[in-house]
Amino acid sequence: MLNIKDISKTFNPGTPDEVQAIKHVSLAVPDGAFVVVIGTNGSGKSTLQQLIAGACIPDSGRIELAGEDITRWGEHRRAALIGRVFQNPFSGTAPTLSIIENMALAARRGQCRGLGWLLSGAVRRRLRDRVAELGMGLEDRLDNAIGSLSGGQRQALTLLMAVLQRPSLLLLDEHTAALDPKASDQVIRLTRDIVAREKLTTVMVTHSMHQAAHLGDRLIMMVNGEIRQDLADERKRRVNVEDLLALFEQVRRADRLDASAAELLRSRYV
Amino acid sequence: MMLLIGSLTIGLILSLLALGVYISFKVFSFADITTEGSLTLGAAVAAVLIVRGVNPLAATLAGGLAGMAAGCITGLLHTRCGVHALLSGILVMTALYSVNLRVMGRSNIPLMSVKTLPQQAGELGDALFGAGGPVPLWGWTVEREALAGLAGALLVAVLVALLLYLFFKTNLGSAMRATGDNAQMMRAQGIHTGNMLVLGLAISNGLVALAGALLAQFQGFADVQMGIGMLVWGLASVIIGQALVGPSRFGLAIVGAVMGAVLFRLLVAIALRWGLNPNDLKLMTALFVLVALVLPTMLRSLRQRKAVRHA
Repeated sequence: MLNIKDISKTFNPGTPDEVQAIKHVSLAVPDGAFVVVIGTNGSGKSTLQQLIAGACIPDSGRIELAGEDITRWGEHRRAALIGRVFQNPFSGTAPTLSIIENMALAARRGQCRGLGWLLSGAVRRRLRDRVAELGMGLEDRLDNAIGSLSGGQRQALTLLMAVLQRPSLLLLDEHTAALDPKASDQVIRLTRDIVAREKLTTVMVTHSMHQAAHLGDRLIMMVNGEIRQDLADERKRRVNVEDLLALFEQVRRADRLDASAAELLRSRYV
Repeated sequence: MMLLIGSLTIGLILSLLALGVYISFKVFSFADITTEGSLTLGAAVAAVLIVRGVNPLAATLAGGLAGMAAGCITGLLHTRCGVHALLSGILVMTALYSVNLRVMGRSNIPLMSVKTLPQQAGELGDALFGAGGPVPLWGWTVEREALAGLAGALLVAVLVALLLYLFFKTNLGSAMRATGDNAQMMRAQGIHTGNMLVLGLAISNGLVALAGALLAQFQGFADVQMGIGMLVWGLASVIIGQALVGPSRFGLAIVGAVMGAVLFRLLVAIALRWGLNPNDLKLMTALFVLVALVLPTMLRSLRQRKAVRHA
């Protein structure tokens, strides 16, 4: 269970560049829930993700995960509980290391790294089977440098790496935004399968209204550092892309967002 | 022939320097100028201990440990105190100049009259193959001690390269390579990437100091100036190594760094033999590294321009 209690974050406080990115946000995500977060640029959805992952520390409030108060934990310490997939396909893997080496490093996420061998026969066989599950034929290229793969293949592997050790929370940060439509569909299908099969607690940030409408069992919309909409269960199931665009329109009116920005959103999301 | 054997021996010793620079510069993309101070530090510590009667092997290892400590300080300055990467190296290198003078007590310690590792290697050779005068080798006669020194240096270089290769295959070593490759990914995998860099710089400078300790014994003196220009020397070796083995994985890259160090030392010996003024040596080394770094980019852009013209 992820429990966020009244967290706030201000960047560059006391300077002309001061930005109040997160304003008193509270959010409880029960075990096994799949939460999708949407919002305009600068709405704070990425900051929220960074605060959960530990890439930055909140100014106030508490973050609890799996019964632990992780508010002050460093990014690497939280990794024992959190599996992550980044927006940039290059961020999640070490390009000059082979596929199998990347997988083996991820298989020990959050554990102590000693002087034992990274790859043993048993580890290799186990990881080969997991890669084969992706159905991308990568199990025959395990010793290739991962940097030689396409963005979609790397993102699929990063997703697999994030769940090799079952995480208490899976964080997906617009993980298909940099992929072409076909690769994006493939990774989304994979996401849906893995999350459902492993019953993972998941928080996914997305720019795609299509994904927001069709994935997850709860939808959160962030505006100006606050949670503006929180749709769950039946209401979430009834959401469609048109509704979401209408929601963005409402936000635009309410907050007098720049009309051109709304137009841009429309062109991106339809 | 003696010149060749001497160059090979020094080249093999400097391969430890190349391996150290490979870790800092290639694995972590960290231009660590501490190298110049830690090479002298290793030489200074080993020389002082040997002169005081400590076993040369123990003295050499102590030199290496001192280098590791220096590398740790550079790493901590950068990761814990937020000092700029280059500046943290410069600070430690500058501080080490005084430390080295303090350790040595003067600017030069001769090691001609004390027992050092090359002499021990010679004695071991005598014990194994029987004592005697110079030995014939492909029509030349060479000193036994020189041959024993070469064999010892080869053994050390092979052993260190092998250990490093095996280390990079372990969980810890792989995590280190991956951290150099993509720190963000490794943080997400639970690695304290700052600690990884500190450890990497410690190993790097430990190897460099080991090279310094051995170099002092083979050339017969430790000098407070001996580290100057050694980072660029190490870079030149690594670059030549890369040219020899291509842009390959770390295993071959390690072999390349060793080969590059030996080849570069031979090239320098040949250039000096052909009349290169020794005073110009560092200028030439720097120019070589500059060309090696810039040339690939220039060739690429030239090719691209050509391709555009043809399109």
